[in-house]
Amino acid sequence: MTMMHYEPHVTSDGRTIGNTMMEMKNITLRFGGVVAIKDISFDIREGEIRAIIGPNGAGKSSMLNVISGFYKPQEGEVWYLGEKRGPMRPFEVARQGIARTFQNIALFEGMTVLDNIMTGRLNHMSASFLDQAIWWGKAEREEVANREKAEEIIDFLEIQAIRKTPVGRLPYGLKKRVELARALVAEPSLLLLDEPMAGMNVEEKEDMSRFILDVNDEFGTTIALIEHDMGVVMDLSDRVVVMDYGKKIGDGTPDEVRNNQEVIDAYLGVAHD
Amino acid sequence: MPEQLVFAMEVSLNGLMTGVMYALVALGFVLIYKASGIFNYAQGVMALFAAMTLVGIQEGRVPFSHLINAIFGTEVHHLPWHSVPALFAILLTVGVMIAFAWLVQKVVFKHLVGQEPIILFMATIGLAYFLEGVADLMWGSEIRTLDVGLPQGINLVIDETTFNWFGYGFFIDNLDIVASVVAAILVAGLVAFAQYTKQGRAMRAVADDHQAALSVGISLNFVWILVWSLAGFVALVAGIMWGSKSGVQFSLSLIALKALPVLMLGGFTSIPGAIVGGLIIGVGEALFEFTIGPMIGGATENWFAYVLALVFLVFRPQGLFGEKIIERV
Repeated sequence: MTMMHYEPHVTSDGRTIGNTMMEMKNITLRFGGVVAIKDISFDIREGEIRAIIGPNGAGKSSMLNVISGFYKPQEGEVWYLGEKRGPMRPFEVARQGIARTFQNIALFEGMTVLDNIMTGRLNHMSASFLDQAIWWGKAEREEVANREKAEEIIDFLEIQAIRKTPVGRLPYGLKKRVELARALVAEPSLLLLDEPMAGMNVEEKEDMSRFILDVNDEFGTTIALIEHDMGVVMDLSDRVVVMDYGKKIGDGTPDEVRNNQEVIDAYLGVAHD
Repeated sequence: MPEQLVFAMEVSLNGLMTGVMYALVALGFVLIYKASGIFNYAQGVMALFAAMTLVGIQEGRVPFSHLINAIFGTEVHHLPWHSVPALFAILLTVGVMIAFAWLVQKVVFKHLVGQEPIILFMATIGLAYFLEGVADLMWGSEIRTLDVGLPQGINLVIDETTFNWFGYGFFIDNLDIVASVVAAILVAGLVAFAQYTKQGRAMRAVADDHQAALSVGISLNFVWILVWSLAGFVALVAGIMWGSKSGVQFSLSLIALKALPVLMLGGFTSIPGAIVGGLIIGVGEALFEFTIGPMIGGATENWFAYVLALVFLVFRPQGLFGEKIIERV
């Protein structure tokens, strides 16, 4: 396989790709009789942008849900930071430093943009309940620090103007950006993006691409993302996994994947026999 | 000032006080409904159960004594002590309500995650009758007086002041005044909790979107236990107030029914709504009974609140403060 010769290195634009952060080993996921993911293995390395692509129904979202703990695979192992992960619920995965966004946006519609983003800091709050109740010592320091981090991310994603707006009133593109902000503010080691550009126009897609690259570059965040827009993915990512009908049909750099006959067939819709 | 107007003022004031008591019960409903979408029919029974437990602990009764005696042929009724300090008894009762919350989540609602609201509602009806049975078995069904040292009887200051102003002294019960103060503190505390603490924010997040809450590392199970505990605590406060006012008896669970029109008025999802709704119903029914009541034979308090709620359902189904449900297409 092409990934065998993929070693830690420095990319042409000066980013460092490190050791394996997450490894999926022989993952199989079934819903009743339907096999959503069939015996898939791949890894995610520190500092890289890893894409999972494939036609509709290929099992990409299922794979992301396995990584984030929303789905539990029947077979296979998930290794994270050198340790095998036991059965874990989604909130426990989040507390391990894996943040995510959703394909159909899951924001707290009733809260303002700032409040939404602040929920991303919940796991950075450890002051005792009593301290919080009387707003003293650690509670105060934490709140100030959390607020500063939130403002930093708000500046970074250029959403200062809407920080006090209730999320329910925002247009789609901005909601996507707020969701990214909430994930980022948690300072995740691994950021999962489920179709970050779905439903966007060209300009919004360009903005989002820029933000994704900047996040990776400035914060050094490892990113795994799902897209079915091939063009966008090839420009963004360091390595790409291609899925089709729940199986992995390609894995490698964008160039390698682009020239893979099986991938070309899958995207052009050659009949399966 | 005309005599009728002075009477009406006294009636309204007393209505306000009763309204606060309604609001206390309604609050418990709102807490659980907001955070988990469950309409908790058992809220009234929880208030009864909390009050009975409190009295039981205070008087040093042995829980399930009838059951124990029937099975083992013993004759135990009382523990060695006969009066436990009120504060200590209240703390113990809070512990019992938290244990109850944990149990409810563990045994019932954990297994019903993602079910239709109507199924969750049915489960709370079951819970209500089950809890009523447990309360009976645990503490017996006699009417008991609850005394945690709250002041009772006519407030002389108000009586005197109003007498000097209008030549007629108002009768306001001290207990009602205490209830109002306690309710105000409770609401302020709940709002501050929801706004400023980690646990409160997690609670609001879960109320808004489960999936999103999970993705930022919030345990739904923890939040639900927390919410049921809070509702248990509110039930205890309501139980203490109602129990002190009219004795701890099984009809206490019926006051929960009065919370329904309160919620329809105020909105099921709003804490301020529960308060305002309670006040409007309290004043409304008192004034209605005072003005229209005599003309139509009285006892209008029994139905006025429900008729008012029906009118609201027609013109403003989400209540005064509730969230309007907008389906975007």
